[in-house]
Parts: sequence; structure tokens; C-alpha cells
Amino acid sequence: MPKNILMSREVLLTGAIALLLAIIASRFPAFIAPTNLANVFNDTAPLILLAIGQMIVILTRCIDLSVAANLALTGMVVAMINVAMPGLPVPVIIVISIGFGALLGVINGVLVWKLAIPPIVVTLGTMTIFRGTIFLLSDGKWVNSHEFSDSFKAFPRTEFLGLPLMSWIAIAAVLLFTLVMSRTTLGRAFYAAGGNPHAATYAGIDVGKTQFWAFTISGALAGLTGYLWVSRFAVAFVDLAGGFELNVVAACVIGGVAIMGGIGTVFGAMLGSLFLGIISNALPVVNISPFWQLAISGGAIIIAVILNAQANRDKGRIILKRAEQAT
Amino acid sequence: MLMQPDQTHDLPKVETGPPILALNRVTKTFPGVTALSEVSLELFPGKVTALVGENGAGKSTVVKILTGIYQPDGGEIEIDGTPCRFPTAQAAGDAGVTAIHQETVLFDELSVAENIFLGHAPRGRFGLIDTAEMIEKARAILVGIGAQIEPRTKLKDLGIANKHLVAIARALSIDARVVIMDEPTAALSQKEIEELYVLVEELKDQGKAILFISHKFDEIFRIADNYTVFRDGALVGTGSIADVSEAELVKMMVGRDVSQIFPNRAHNIGDEILVVEGYEHPTEFADIGFTLHRGQILGFYGLVGAGRSEFMQSIFGITRPSSGVLRIDGKQVDIRSPADAVANGIVYVPEDRGKQGAITALPIFQNVTLPSLGRTSRNGFLQLAEEFKLARDFTERLDLRAASLDTDVGNLSGGNQQKVVIAKWLATQPKVIILDEPTKGIDIGSKAAVHEFMAELAAQGLAVIMVSSEIPEIMGMSDRVIVMREGRIAAELSADTMTPETLVRHAAGI
Amino acid sequence: MSDTSRSIPDRLQSPLERRLKSWETLLLAVAVAIFIVNSFTSPYFLNAWNLSDMTFNFTEKAMIAFAMALLIIAGEIDLSVASIIALASTAMGAAVQLGVGTPGLVLIGLGVGLLCGAFNGFLVTRMGLPSIVVTIGTMSLFRGISYIVLGDQAYRGYPSDFAFFGQGYVFWVISFEFVLFACLALIYFVLLHKTNFGRAVYAIGNNAVGAEFSGIRVARVKFILFLLTGLMSGVAAICLTSRLASTRPSIAVGWELEIVTMVVLGGVNILGGSGSIPGVVIAAFVMGLVTFGLGLLNVPGIVMSIVIGALLIGVIALPRLWENWRMQAAKR
Repeated sequence: MPKNILMSREVLLTGAIALLLAIIASRFPAFIAPTNLANVFNDTAPLILLAIGQMIVILTRCIDLSVAANLALTGMVVAMINVAMPGLPVPVIIVISIGFGALLGVINGVLVWKLAIPPIVVTLGTMTIFRGTIFLLSDGKWVNSHEFSDSFKAFPRTEFLGLPLMSWIAIAAVLLFTLVMSRTTLGRAFYAAGGNPHAATYAGIDVGKTQFWAFTISGALAGLTGYLWVSRFAVAFVDLAGGFELNVVAACVIGGVAIMGGIGTVFGAMLGSLFLGIISNALPVVNISPFWQLAISGGAIIIAVILNAQANRDKGRIILKRAEQAT
Repeated sequence: MLMQPDQTHDLPKVETGPPILALNRVTKTFPGVTALSEVSLELFPGKVTALVGENGAGKSTVVKILTGIYQPDGGEIEIDGTPCRFPTAQAAGDAGVTAIHQETVLFDELSVAENIFLGHAPRGRFGLIDTAEMIEKARAILVGIGAQIEPRTKLKDLGIANKHLVAIARALSIDARVVIMDEPTAALSQKEIEELYVLVEELKDQGKAILFISHKFDEIFRIADNYTVFRDGALVGTGSIADVSEAELVKMMVGRDVSQIFPNRAHNIGDEILVVEGYEHPTEFADIGFTLHRGQILGFYGLVGAGRSEFMQSIFGITRPSSGVLRIDGKQVDIRSPADAVANGIVYVPEDRGKQGAITALPIFQNVTLPSLGRTSRNGFLQLAEEFKLARDFTERLDLRAASLDTDVGNLSGGNQQKVVIAKWLATQPKVIILDEPTKGIDIGSKAAVHEFMAELAAQGLAVIMVSSEIPEIMGMSDRVIVMREGRIAAELSADTMTPETLVRHAAGI
Repeated sequence: MSDTSRSIPDRLQSPLERRLKSWETLLLAVAVAIFIVNSFTSPYFLNAWNLSDMTFNFTEKAMIAFAMALLIIAGEIDLSVASIIALASTAMGAAVQLGVGTPGLVLIGLGVGLLCGAFNGFLVTRMGLPSIVVTIGTMSLFRGISYIVLGDQAYRGYPSDFAFFGQGYVFWVISFEFVLFACLALIYFVLLHKTNFGRAVYAIGNNAVGAEFSGIRVARVKFILFLLTGLMSGVAAICLTSRLASTRPSIAVGWELEIVTMVVLGGVNILGGSGSIPGVVIAAFVMGLVTFGLGLLNVPGIVMSIVIGALLIGVIALPRLWENWRMQAAKR
């Protein structure tokens, strides 16, 4: 069915991104220079990382609104650890950030799994709790650039084959999770649990436990992003990445992830993120006030969700068509 | 008055060695209901055991216990004489028990191969799923059951019958010793059913024990070796199929002789009330037209998926027909929503009671008055006393059994829920009532009550449309029958010309 | 067959009995307890003017919460309410620059609220989209428009008589906002609990398909609920703008979470189908009292958000934990 593949979400979105780039390039050719595109990708890397986690959560019919707060809290924790122990090597910091983020994800996951509390309530609650906790930890103070150790700040900017490690981490995450989603039992369980929870139970899949793992993964990725964000911008404070969870959900919706669960790909989530990333990078270039950003991403969410709904509309049982084929 | 079966059936005389799987005095209770009370069941290698019983007899509960979805409250499951437990569906699969479920429990967004192997896919390097091998194995199983399905297709692109074959393939992908088939032929065509019988024979030859659940007696007598009958959650009989007649099985199932279930009806047909002409829908049905009179019961017969419910729902305003004219009392009306239909005196008792019929979390009286609030209220403000009065009037006419009118509908039995739904519509004083599989899944007593009530309604001049897949019900209740096949009218039969054979022939198109 | 005429009783449990065992009663006890604790911990608490000030903590949010309660009971949600406040406030601010007087400003505030509600309602009921994503989208869109208009600027210069809505007092310490809050509570109480419309809201929330099949115009009811939520956001925008006497695009940021918390704390099932207005009213007081009490103890606002978040999860988790514990105890 070549027509089906041509009309697939990913191809449409790639086309939209190409069109967007072409329009920008027609007036500002420098925007599509490889170095600039690499910059855009690097800027979008945090969004990609978070969108992968969010996509997995949404696949299982949940939502994680606490990702940005998790990012900020984990970022603050590793920042303070760095200040207290400047000698701690970066790999240890990374392990701590992933572990701490996963722990915060576990809190969400347990509440959803063991107590069956609606995910939107759980993550609205933990979102405010995480933010508040940052304040309690930091006493409302900022951790500033000069307080960090050099290696702490340098890691995401270190270049490898012409790309910063930040970008490489995003690429690695895309590849890793593409593999996890398509080739592991857990990956397929995410699709099954969200696509048809009732049937998943019959197939021996524990839906609640699957949701728990989704939140844990989302939390781990948010934690990792927390370190990368804090080290790249060399600052940590209470409102870091405030409201960013909406961009993450937006990237997923634009990337074709169905909010009702069961449909979505890692590649789609990445493309959705890139779409938003290109817009936010292009606005200053084409001389539009950055204040337009919020309205544009809002509009993009609405258009994307309309397109998603059109693509996934229930086609009915098609009794007559079968009759025609039979005769 | 219920009659107890006059003979007690002994537990099976063991003929072919010990059973692979046995249930010993298993009990399962839900809040307020005992679904199974101390039932026993034995499955032998190389034998097909038919599990027979009315809806609600406890058959599905047994399936769920055997597949690890439910845990028994008492009694035990034995495999090869050793007691064991199935805490999860996975555990049942590991113990060699697999099931083809009644509802298709599959995943639209996954491929056919993934549907077959979800949870037990072949693994390759690093514990990753070996996609190539999975597709090959899936293809082999599909070929083995005569299904021409490409394993890489997404499930959502398959038709209903093919989805069912995938479900069968999934059950066979587990190397099972016990295969449970819960109404496996319900969605299949005659040709596919024949192929399934061949498959059952093959499984028998491989020494597997098969539990076969079916409502179709011809099927049971054709392929089963043993039978076990449940009634109201209890075991009432078991033995070899060769030693029993169809009439005896039926008697065990219903607990009484089934000579005269259907009420005698006076046929006083009145004026024309509903005329439908040229109803079309782009995908579901085409060219439907008929006339209905007051006092008439018009049956709609057809196979599952013939488009009967889809058509009824378009008369009721759920789906819009692409063309067609509907006249009620000689006046052409445009029905765009159920609210329009109700306003024009057309009401619909849907097949899916829990989802479409009743609002189970609301109390009885609120369900009954929901479409009639305009009459029980004053200027849009609720009048509870009026509501209780209306609800009492109509539920008592239907002989509803409930603790109070304040009870949530979800706490009632299936039969009583159906009575609430019917009461709800009668309270609107309709002209035409459409009943979609009105007695599906309700106990035999409520069934008779619903039939009697239908006859009474018709006698009072209401026009009744009854969609049913049960031939006795169609034959026993209808003045006329329209047979639908693949979205079109295949035949229209009068009471004199309908026989079970003509109905089946037109419905199946043979 | 026995021939005794059996009449099914209307009710087994009296309405009073049911009420005593309800969530609302428990919540009321919590409110009273907090009140008592507060009056012991701070000498400034039991002061008529301070208590009156406290009500400003929740009146504007509660107005929206009433409409949101109906919307959530019907199985939908509107996360764009705070952004509607921003847009309505921006529209009023722009009108002030053109010299529009107070009556005109009120009309503009209400009108923008209604329009935004209609937009959400159209996308959800006509296009059949899930409300949670739609309103996450419009949440960005509406506030985004405010940012486009205002950037980092602010509108000021509201007419002096406009100040009455957010700063005026009707009688002694009784503010206009509090009176409006009380009136709206009564109106929404009657609408939800005493009318056919309210019954339809419950029916839809429990089973929208079943309600449609029972002849209820589900899409119309939901559309009206989105309109009401938009309208209430407009009302809140007028009060808040009047109280602050200025408009920035970041006005009322994060309120949607507090409003949803208030509704859920009030006993409304986030999955739809059950809940009551008295519950929401008590929840509003509880949140107001907690915020105010912590404020008197000089606890910063961000820490209060921890309390709010914990409340949100706790009120749902505790009954379930209790139930789990009881079932395990019963097994042993």
C-alpha cells in the first residue's frame, strides 16, 4: 500500500518541515546553512528527549504534566551536588540525574498503578510539589554560572564529529527508544496497553504496571534533560523551564501521537519537536517578536489535533463494501 | 414454577485415562451474585467437551478462571491431578491453557504477527524480539488454519472474520494442551466454520483437550465428545454426547420443558404508522424500505453483521442516512438525532445495554425519567415526586425486581436492566418501539416476561420492530420478517411462509 | 406465582442519612478544623477585615470552579480558563486605551469570555476532539495573543468606577466579589441539582453514549458548558483586572491548576459523573483558609503550592489507601 505510506503522519510532517524551511530560506538563506541547522537541532535536543518520554506515557493513555518540574528539580539537585562536590565526575552526575528523575517518575507511576488515581490529577499534583520542593531545597536562590565546575558546564557543549554531545544524546535516545519500542516486549506492551487495555489484560499484560514503566522512563529522561539543561545554560532556579510541559505535549500531538493512546512513534515525536524548534529559532531571524511563539505553538497544537482526528476517524464496519468484494 | 431436572447426572465415567485439566468444586462470587457455585469440569486429552448453558449460566466466568483473569474463591484447578493456581493470564498460558475468546481481544494498531505473538514473541540477540522469525512462525500458523492473511498487515486493515482467524492463530501460537473456544463460530461464514471443524479434528488428533462453548446444537452434536451443562452457576449435568438428545440438553439448560415459551397473540393489525423508503448509507446498508402498521410486530432477521443494528440506529438518528424518506403517521419527518426520533414517537432499545441502553451509575428512577423530564418537571426544574410516580408506574407494569427505585441500575440483573430500559421508553408514550436483540443475555424468566410484554404492547396498538438473531424468537413473535444480508433486504416473509430453513437460506444467501 | 402486590420503595436511605455520610460533610469538618487551628496559631486571624481579605484568595477562582465543576462532571475539562482571563483582560485594557467606559469594559470582558468558550466548545463538540488537548492548545493560543498584543508592556488607566468590581464593598466588610461569589454559588447549585439541565449533565458524565441514546442532545449540553466556563472566566477577568487595576499577559498564570484542584478537592470525580456545588464551595473555603493561614505564618507562596498539590493527590489517595488496607485486613 504505497499510498498509505505516502500519506503517513511522518511523511506529511517531514514535508511540512521541509516547506517551513523552504519558506524561511527563501528570505533568509543563511537559516538552512548546515551549521545553523545543527544549532537548531541542538537547541531542540531537550524537547526531543522529553517528547520521547511523554510519547510513551501518552501511548498508555496517560499524560505526564510533571516533566518540566521534574527537569527543574533534578537540575537543581545535580547543581547543588556539583556546588557541594565540584570534584564529582560528570558520568556520576549523569547517572544521578537519570536515577533521581526516574525516582520522581516512580512516584507518579506508583500513584497511577497502585492507587489508580487519574494520571492528570497525579501529575498536576506532583508538578506543584516538585516545584515547591525546589524552593525548599534552594531557599529560592539561584545557582549561577560561576558556582558550577568547568567540567559540569562543558559536557553538553563538547563537540564530537562536529556536533555537541547534547545533540548526540538526543540522537542516541531516538535510536535507542526506536529499538525499545519496536523490538522489546515492554515496547510492544506500551502499544497494547494503550490500544486496547481490556485485550492487553487477556494477553497477560499488566496495564497498570506498563503505565508505571512509562512514567519511570519519562521521569528518567526528564532527569537527564534536567542536568543537560542546567549545565548548558549554567543556571538553576525554581521556575526553570516553567510551562515547558505544554511544549512537550504539543510536540507529541504535532508528531501524531494520539491522546487516546495506542498510536505514536519515536520518530514522530522527534519530528514534532523539530517543527516547534525550527519555529522558535526562526522567529528572531524573520524578525517576528518572540512573543508570537506561544500563540503559534497553541495554533499548531489545535491544527495537529484536528489532523490526527481526521486520520484516525473510525471508519465503521463497512458492511456494504464487503458485500461488493464478495460479489 | 421451576421444575428440577428429574434425573441427576453422574459425574463422567472416565473412559480415556485421567483428565488433563479439572475444576474441582470451584466457586466464584461477585458482590451480590454467586457466579459459580461448586462447579466441576473435566477435560480429557483428544476429546472435545461442549460447555452448554443459557446466558448467565456461568460459562464466561469459567473461561476467565481458566485463563487467569479471575481467581476462584473456593475449590481448585488441577492439571494432571496436581492442584495449581493461575494468578495471571501469563501463568495460565505457561500452564498450557489457551483460549479463543468470544470478543476479539486484539490490537488494531499492531501487525497480525505481533497480535499472534504478543507476550511470547521469539527472542533473538540481546533479548530483542526476532521480527523475521516471528513473521515466519505467524505465517506458518496462519497457513495451518487455512487463513490467507499476510502477517505484516496491520490488524485494523482486516475484516471481522479475518480478525477472528487471527485470534484463533494467537491461541494456537501457544503450545497448549488445553484449548478453550468460546463461541468460536459466531462471526464466521459457513465456509470458515467448516475449516474450523477440520482444525478442531486436527487438535483432537494431537491429543489436546478442547473446551467448546456454543449455543448452536447442530455444532455441539457434530464435534463434541462430551458435554457439561451449567444452569445459574451450578453444574446440572455432564456425560457423553452420544447418550443425550437435543431435547434433554435443552431441558437441563432451562430447567423445564420448553414447549410453549411464546405468548399467543391476537393479530389485530391497525393503520399504517411508519413508512421507510430508499434508506441508504455509504458503507453500512442500501435500499431499505418497508411499511409498518399499528399492532404489528416486524421481525428483522440476519446474521451478525448484516447491517440490521446500523439501519435501526439510522432510523433512531444516531447515524445519518445518505438518502431516504421516513414518514410517521403519513407525515414526512427529518430525524437528525435521537432527540428528534423520540419527539416523533420512535424509540430504540439497543443491543448493548450497558453502554447504550442504561446509564448504570444512575438510579432506576433517573434512568426511567431521563427522556421524559420535560413532562415530569416544571419550567425546567426537577419535581422528584413526579419522577418517582412515573418511574413506579412503568417499572411495576414490567414487574421489575429491585430493592428501591433509588438503586443504581448497575446493581440489577441483566433482565431487570432491560426492563428499566423498556420502561424508560414506554414512559415517553412512543408510537414505534424498536427492540434490538431484546432478550440477549437475560435469564429465561425475564425473557418470557419481555416476550409477553411485547405481545401486550402490540395488542395495545404500538408498532414493534424486533431485531433478533434467534430463530425461535423471530418465528414465535413476528407477524412479518425482513431478512437482511450484507446491508440489503434479502427477503420479506409473512408468518405463513417463514420456516427456519427459509430464514437461514435468505440470511446466508444460499 | 404469589399475588401479593409488591410496591418498590422510592428510597432505602433517607437523603439526610446520605448527606451525613458524604464527602461534603468530611470536607466541612476539615474546613472547621483548619479554621480553629488558624485562630489559635495567629492572633491576626479572627479579625473581620482579615477574614474578608481572605475571601479574595478564592472568590475569583471559585466563580470559574463552579462552571468547571459542571464541565468535569460532564466528562470534559477546560485548561484554558486562565488564558481566557488573560485575553479578556487584554481586550479590556486595549478598550480602555480607546476610551471605553466601565459598562463597555464589562461587556467586552464577558464577550471575550463567551467567544473563547464558544471556540473551545466548537472544537470539542463539533469537531469531536478531546477537550484536554484542545484546551492545552487554546491555553497557549489565548495567552499567546495577549503576549502578541502586550509583549512586556502592561495596560493601566482603568476608569475609577471600574475599581468597584474587585475592590468595592457592598456592606461593611462584605465585598462585592464575595456577594457575587455567593450569588453564583446559589445559581450553579440550582442549575446542577434542581434542573433538567443538571440531570442531563450527570447522565452525560456517567455515560455519554447512553445519554445520547436516551434522547439527550449531548453536544448541545457540552457546548453550553464550555460557553458557561468561558463566561465565568470573563467574569473572573473583570474582577481580577479591577482588583489589580492593570493587565499584563502573565495575569492569572497557573490558575487552571488551582481551579481544577478546587473542583477535585470538592469531591468532583475527575473522570466525570459525580460531584456537587456545595462540595466545591467548601473546597474553595478550605483552600482560601490554608493559603491565608500559611500566609499569616509567613510561609512563602511557592510552599503553599506543595500543600495544594499534596491536597489534590491526598484527597483521592487516602480513601483508596484506606479501602485497600480494609480489604487486606478483611482477608486476614
